[in-house]
Amino acid sequence: MAVAAIKEYVGVPRDLVANFNGKQLVYASWDRHLLFAAPFLLCVPPEMPFGELVNGPLSMLVQADPDAAAIDWSTVEWLKANQPWTPDFSLSLAANGIGHKDQLRFRTAGVNTLSAKA
Amino acid sequence: MDMKVAKKKLGTKEKYRLMTRDLGWETTYQTKEDVFPYVGYEGIKIHDWDKWEDPFRLTMDSYWKYQAEKERKFYAIIDAHAQNNGHLNLTDARYLSALKIFLQAISPGEYAAHKGFARVGREFPGVGTQVACQMQAIDEIRHAQTQIHAMSNYNRYYNGFHAFADTRDRIWYTSVARSFFDDSMSAGPFEFMIAIGFSFEYVLTNLLFVPFMSGAAYNGDMATVTFGFSAQSDEARHMTLGLECIKFMLEQDPANLPIVQEWIDKWFWRGFRVLGLVSTMMDYMLPKRVMSWREAWEIYGVENGGALFKDLARYGIKPPKGWDDAEKAIDHMSHQFMLGLYQWSFGTAFHSWIPSEDDMDWLSAKYPETFDKYYRPRWKHIKKLADAGTPFKNYGLAKLCQTCQLPCVFTEPDDPTLTCHRETVYKDETYHFCSDGCQHIFEHEPEKYVQAWLPMPQIFQDPINGDLGEWMKWVSLIDGKDNGDYAGSEDQKNFETWRGMATSNQ
Repeated sequence: MAVAAIKEYVGVPRDLVANFNGKQLVYASWDRHLLFAAPFLLCVPPEMPFGELVNGPLSMLVQADPDAAAIDWSTVEWLKANQPWTPDFSLSLAANGIGHKDQLRFRTAGVNTLSAKA
Repeated sequence: MDMKVAKKKLGTKEKYRLMTRDLGWETTYQTKEDVFPYVGYEGIKIHDWDKWEDPFRLTMDSYWKYQAEKERKFYAIIDAHAQNNGHLNLTDARYLSALKIFLQAISPGEYAAHKGFARVGREFPGVGTQVACQMQAIDEIRHAQTQIHAMSNYNRYYNGFHAFADTRDRIWYTSVARSFFDDSMSAGPFEFMIAIGFSFEYVLTNLLFVPFMSGAAYNGDMATVTFGFSAQSDEARHMTLGLECIKFMLEQDPANLPIVQEWIDKWFWRGFRVLGLVSTMMDYMLPKRVMSWREAWEIYGVENGGALFKDLARYGIKPPKGWDDAEKAIDHMSHQFMLGLYQWSFGTAFHSWIPSEDDMDWLSAKYPETFDKYYRPRWKHIKKLADAGTPFKNYGLAKLCQTCQLPCVFTEPDDPTLTCHRETVYKDETYHFCSDGCQHIFEHEPEKYVQAWLPMPQIFQDPINGDLGEWMKWVSLIDGKDNGDYAGSEDQKNFETWRGMATSNQ
């Protein structure tokens, strides 16, 4: 719906990709691993290969979880925008279709030490 | 010879009429629409402003008299508190974290409410409404001032109080409250009244102030108890104004109902998210706890709120849309939020800590269905990491909700093991939310919320560009003093030393 206003009302988004000096935001989270209180916010270049994102910042961030060593990245299930999705680890984020502010989720079925059954 | 004339004294009713309602006039050389240009565009129809009832019938001269009396009492107690080292009567300096959050997030909200009421007092055409809003505007700035004065004494001794205005503007955990007030102040006058006058003052204020002030009393903080008392009689007036306003809108025209209902749904949910901060304070930050967040919700949310919406049902008002989701979140929200505050404590201007075994047993007794099952294992793991010398710090920062601006720490209403992921695309941009409630608010007015200034994405833009040290300078956070774990902090050390000096001969 339109904002009720006395004249035409147009908002300017604050977080456009152009504001990140050549980088973009990517959100990533590990399903049912809530030691990490919220999805991670990563600011990375779109040319970064997906494998580098996973083996670099993402692997580093999840270290604190007791299941971190048990992650087999070749078998994890991925979701992008909450839909099942298969990444190509050798291609860049852009070539994988990962846009600015996209949310990636991954699942490691059966591996969740700190999580109770729902 | 002069004739002696008996001095005529005005009765209260007459005085009120002459000194409020009679202050208005009919415009002659400008149209009413030009003088009050903002009163129509929200779609609320008012046919007779004289139907506005002011149950307090307070005139300005008596208002000044009452307030001045309260100020005198307040400052006498604050002075005594400062002179007698009242800060050493606290149960423990961990208590100060609750106070710091209050000063950084809530007191600036009082100031924002002052600006908002000053504005709507000008924008409403009815004289009764104008006077009531003007009084509330003055109340709110007085509350901001008394709170800042009361807490300034702690700033002389403890960290985290010194830059509350920057903290309010720039840090991440205060933006839930900042955006709440910004949202209301950029709305029209009627929506502002529903947001602040009704949802905040009437539905939510007891959940905020009663636990906070009782928390202060339980933990020996006389300064805060005093500003609480000083504000209390004002709050009663504010609640009445909020309730009067909603009834007035609903009685003036049946077409107002759906607009008012939409606002109630929105502002209940926005307020509920602000209360997330209060839940962590009640369950985790008070060394001597008053009651659990769950117990407070039962009394002030379910019982009082339930009675209110029963009363409003005759106008066709339904309980807020997010009510059921709120109820499902009650046994989880304080734990989910506190785990976040702890793991990002390098970026907070207050201290947090891993709950002790005793604390965890208390939480388990208060939350028998959820704490041991979901949250104790996480705290135990965090404790293990700390004991191993590798304390848990989550440098991943967090995805924030586009509407409430909190980190997306909350789970699916029916699955506490899964983060609630909600997103939408508007004009080719993706936006994320913590809940259906926040997504619904965005989708009702996307042009408004695309402009949200989200503290975490901002860290990666100019002028900070991802530099954590620069960010700390920019938010006036002193690393190693204001932030981090309470264990080993300067606040802990100082409090224990000074208290030792006050209570022993060492």
